[in-house]
Amino acid sequence: MTLGTDKLVQHLSESLPRWLFAATAALTVILLISIFIFLFVTGINAFGSIGLKEFFWGTDWNPASFHTPSWGIFSLILGSLMVSFISLLISVPFGLSIAIYLAEIAPPKTRETLKPVIEMIASIPSVVLGLLGLLFLAPITAGLFGLSNGLNAFTASILVAVASLPTITSVSEDALSSVTYKFREASLALGATKWVTIKKAVIPAAKSGLVAAIMLGLGRVIGETMIVLMVAGNSRALPSSFLDSVQPMTATIAIEIKEVVIGTLHWQSLFAIGLVLFTITFIVNFLADLLIHKK
Amino acid sequence: MKNNLRETIYFLIFKTSAFLGIFILLLVLLLLFISGYSVIDWTFLASGWQHRDIARGGIFPAILGSIYLGIGVTLISFSLGVGTAVFLTEYNKNNLTRRIFQLTIRNLAGVPSVVYGLFGLAVFVNFFSLGTSLLAAILTLSIMTLPWIITASVEALESVPQKFRESSLALGASHWQTISKIILPAAIPGSITGGVIAIARALGETAPIIFVGATFYLSNLPSSLFDKFMALPYHTFILATQHSSPLATSYAAGTALVLILLTFLLSLGAIILRYYYRKKKDW
Repeated sequence: MTLGTDKLVQHLSESLPRWLFAATAALTVILLISIFIFLFVTGINAFGSIGLKEFFWGTDWNPASFHTPSWGIFSLILGSLMVSFISLLISVPFGLSIAIYLAEIAPPKTRETLKPVIEMIASIPSVVLGLLGLLFLAPITAGLFGLSNGLNAFTASILVAVASLPTITSVSEDALSSVTYKFREASLALGATKWVTIKKAVIPAAKSGLVAAIMLGLGRVIGETMIVLMVAGNSRALPSSFLDSVQPMTATIAIEIKEVVIGTLHWQSLFAIGLVLFTITFIVNFLADLLIHKK
Repeated sequence: MKNNLRETIYFLIFKTSAFLGIFILLLVLLLLFISGYSVIDWTFLASGWQHRDIARGGIFPAILGSIYLGIGVTLISFSLGVGTAVFLTEYNKNNLTRRIFQLTIRNLAGVPSVVYGLFGLAVFVNFFSLGTSLLAAILTLSIMTLPWIITASVEALESVPQKFRESSLALGASHWQTISKIILPAAIPGSITGGVIAIARALGETAPIIFVGATFYLSNLPSSLFDKFMALPYHTFILATQHSSPLATSYAAGTALVLILLTFLLSLGAIILRYYYRKKKDW
């Protein structure tokens, strides 16, 4: 009889954890899948009611208008793209340079100190960068370009570049470091200098990882909310220059979601913008992931 | 000679970029300190918020709110995240589902926080009728950090050498004994360091909590999970953009300084922990 209980206890102590872990994993899957489902179900109505063409190509976003509300997010998309473009223009060369220094040139001690510094930059809350933008950077750009205020796509992009720097740096540093030492040794043995080795042997071998770093950086900048909300100026007009105020998709959601009535077309259309963001970042991350795990 | 010169110049550029990185970090701290240190004193840190005369009040409710958030998110996302990672690496034998799962998780880690905020609003605040509350915010931020914690834990579990598992099983230990006595103790430090950095990032997030429960002015501290709450990042945001007092910007900077010290202490702690753990690791 005691033997039976022992066996039962032993059996339970093995199968219980298994079921517990399986249930945890299942719960996680359900939660994460439901993110997509909720966005999709709520947002898809908006596509139907507004029409895809009007939604994506319309340049006028004014859902709260009393007379004829308009639902075009083209200016918002353009705002997101402008900020992404300028900030990547800054953070990609900057981040790659840091990565090359860390992976190829820096002595081990310097490297050990610099890597945590980059990680610390990643943990600067974006609201802090937005605040510093309002207090310091916006007045500087306003003075530099003779504008009434410095709240525009350009100012926001500089700060977003800082926010995306750690992503680009650490992913490309990983890519460079994982290039086998044989490549470097073979190149150096053939008489190439260190720079030629980096340029002709290491960077080409790490190419897919470096592209992935840029894509992950893009995912990071397009989703940035607080900086653009605070510093980009929040203008829904179609921007014509980098010094114009813009209101990217993320900022639009953050500004309007608190004021809309649940279930209305306005509410649904904000979820539709969320769905667009989700889709863009998911595709970008997916491609980056394929590139990183290519081998 | 020409090549050498070029190399010198390029390497100088790379080195300068790297030190510019340090400069940016120091600049952020310095500028915040300059604009915010004058308001930081005991009253600022320890007393309640006074909406009419902000110079008389403090940000204690916001500090407390952020700490509550941190504790709640840690409890939920750690248990779910580590549990899921254990299932993936130790129990699930199907390579294909594991790869699909990991791919999805890694991609969800890149979804913008504002999208998680929308999700939290639709699901926790409305669908489950939790209202805008501390609980809704904890759940939303937990789901946002979940992919980061799972990724860190899976990495930590995968880095435990296969021979640990084999030796333990060969000595007659059961599967669960092997996991609980051998694998988890070896992997936990790694998942904790990854997790703490994730929590620090979650604490600095503003957009999602705007949607699901943070508020600017509270007469009472939150007494239950269903109350609204104040939080440091949201407080910073409102003071910086929507408060009319001429003192508001220095109070915003003071609040931001407290917030950044909190997140930096957490991240730095995790980084130091990782450093010692790597040194100690004998495999």
